[in-house]
Amino acid sequence: MTRADQERIFNEKIAKEIKIEPNDWMPEEYRQTLIRQISQHAHSEVVGMLPEGNWITRAPNLRRKAVLLAKVQDEAGHGLYLYSATETLGADREKTIDDLHSGKAKYSSIFNYPALTWADIGAIGWLVDGAAIMNQVALCRTSYGPYARAMVKICKEESFHQRQGYESLMKLCKGTPQQKAMAQDALNRFWWPALMMFGPNDAESTHSDQSIAWKIKRFTNDELRQSFVDATVPQAEILGLVIPDENLKWNEERGHYDFSEINWDEFWQVVKGNGPCNKERLAARVKAKEDGLWVREAANAFAKKRSMKKSA
Amino acid sequence: MNEAALYEYVLRMSDDSLILGQRLGEWCGHGPILEEDIAMTNIALDLVGQAISLYDFAVLLEGKDRDHDQLAYLRYENEYKNLLLVEQPNGDFAMTMLRQFFFDAFRLPLFEFLEKSPVEQLAAIAQKSLKETRYHLKHSSEWVIRLGDGTEESHRRAQAAVDHLWRYTHELFYENQHDVELQENGLVPKLSDVQASWMITVQEVLKEATLAIPTNNWKFEGGREGRHSEHMGYILSELQYMQRAYPNMEW
Repeated sequence: MTRADQERIFNEKIAKEIKIEPNDWMPEEYRQTLIRQISQHAHSEVVGMLPEGNWITRAPNLRRKAVLLAKVQDEAGHGLYLYSATETLGADREKTIDDLHSGKAKYSSIFNYPALTWADIGAIGWLVDGAAIMNQVALCRTSYGPYARAMVKICKEESFHQRQGYESLMKLCKGTPQQKAMAQDALNRFWWPALMMFGPNDAESTHSDQSIAWKIKRFTNDELRQSFVDATVPQAEILGLVIPDENLKWNEERGHYDFSEINWDEFWQVVKGNGPCNKERLAARVKAKEDGLWVREAANAFAKKRSMKKSA
Repeated sequence: MNEAALYEYVLRMSDDSLILGQRLGEWCGHGPILEEDIAMTNIALDLVGQAISLYDFAVLLEGKDRDHDQLAYLRYENEYKNLLLVEQPNGDFAMTMLRQFFFDAFRLPLFEFLEKSPVEQLAAIAQKSLKETRYHLKHSSEWVIRLGDGTEESHRRAQAAVDHLWRYTHELFYENQHDVELQENGLVPKLSDVQASWMITVQEVLKEATLAIPTNNWKFEGGREGRHSEHMGYILSELQYMQRAYPNMEW
């Protein structure tokens, strides 16, 4: 089969909504785009364990502690499926992790913001997982089979995460004035970073057009961001919290909320490594890898010994 | 039924689960491989779940109309009756796995016996916890063997952990007048039976791991009577932070 035939078959599958599977021919750039996107997603899950993991020992009651443990455990599990999905594309898990540690690979910038109070755990569930769901629901129909299937499972768990976050904030908003102020403060700090999670405006987004043509992405950054704002504003109203944007207003004509321009300086600063916790997050991951080296070496040495014994 | 004695008995088990769950929670996001982040948070979650069921039962026995969070979060240090073993710091991964192994090897036979206890609620909790505890012991034993019989470095670290933690294992079998009473009434197993089963597991696993059982006879205890190590205050300051800083609020 000629290269042109392979490409034609690939394009037909994309057009007919037939999933691309690991053994199918695919353009190298499609493969690389997926590896980049999926490993970035995996890294985000793993780095995302840190701000929340930081509150496990301080969760205010046993039920919250159990829920938080379950949530963070899910995230580690998501990281694992996603690394496995990159492996179906021929990537090496350890190498993608090294790329994270060297700063070559990115992860979601939201995790470079600190989780300062208990309300932040609620806000992360509500807003960060809420924004992630917007992206990920669309990815359940992405053209690469293993990624789409991983997303179906991940979305189910993310929706539990979003609900537990919202429910936890609801408790604060119905609590004492001090608790409600804690919730408002968390919203003030997490609102804009959550909107930044959808990435640059469409006009600035370098990877968007090709990804949409390949049906890796189904909606543009701005479309997803708008859906998120539209879904979230009424939820904030129910909580009785004020979204920190004085230009936020329902636009009858568009049928959407209008909102202010994002502070793109801040966005790019955090992407470049200058956010409040970039250094700490990466340092924690690098330390875990270095401190765990002897453990992984021991496991490998042991496995080797046992397989030698078996074959002897 | 002697409720005060049973209350103390159940409270100890609750505190063991809670404090060990708290320690394991500290690992979250810092494990040596992602699979272990999943395993350790999963075990911590099981332990917190056990603590909830056990505290709920303790609350009933106490009859003071407190809830499980008041027991877990609002006692003073000397009112916690957990083992010194479970409050020991995580140390390296070998220390954490050995601590877990010594505990799991104790908990499994304890739950196996308690499953047959005439105290229905205790039997039900034991039954529910057994499946989890079997998995915990399998997980910790496998790591003890892998580390002990892995590389020179992992062997050295695992042996150091055994040597350090051995002194706290004696307390697993602590008994006071209350225990004797409960045992005589057939409500809880004889600790000597639990100990015999524990010893078999420990000997088998350490042997396969090529690790030596220490010959020194240092025996530290005190946790069961509310006399803890210096670590306990720090554990409680994190555990209780929210409840102490924002009293009388619901979360």
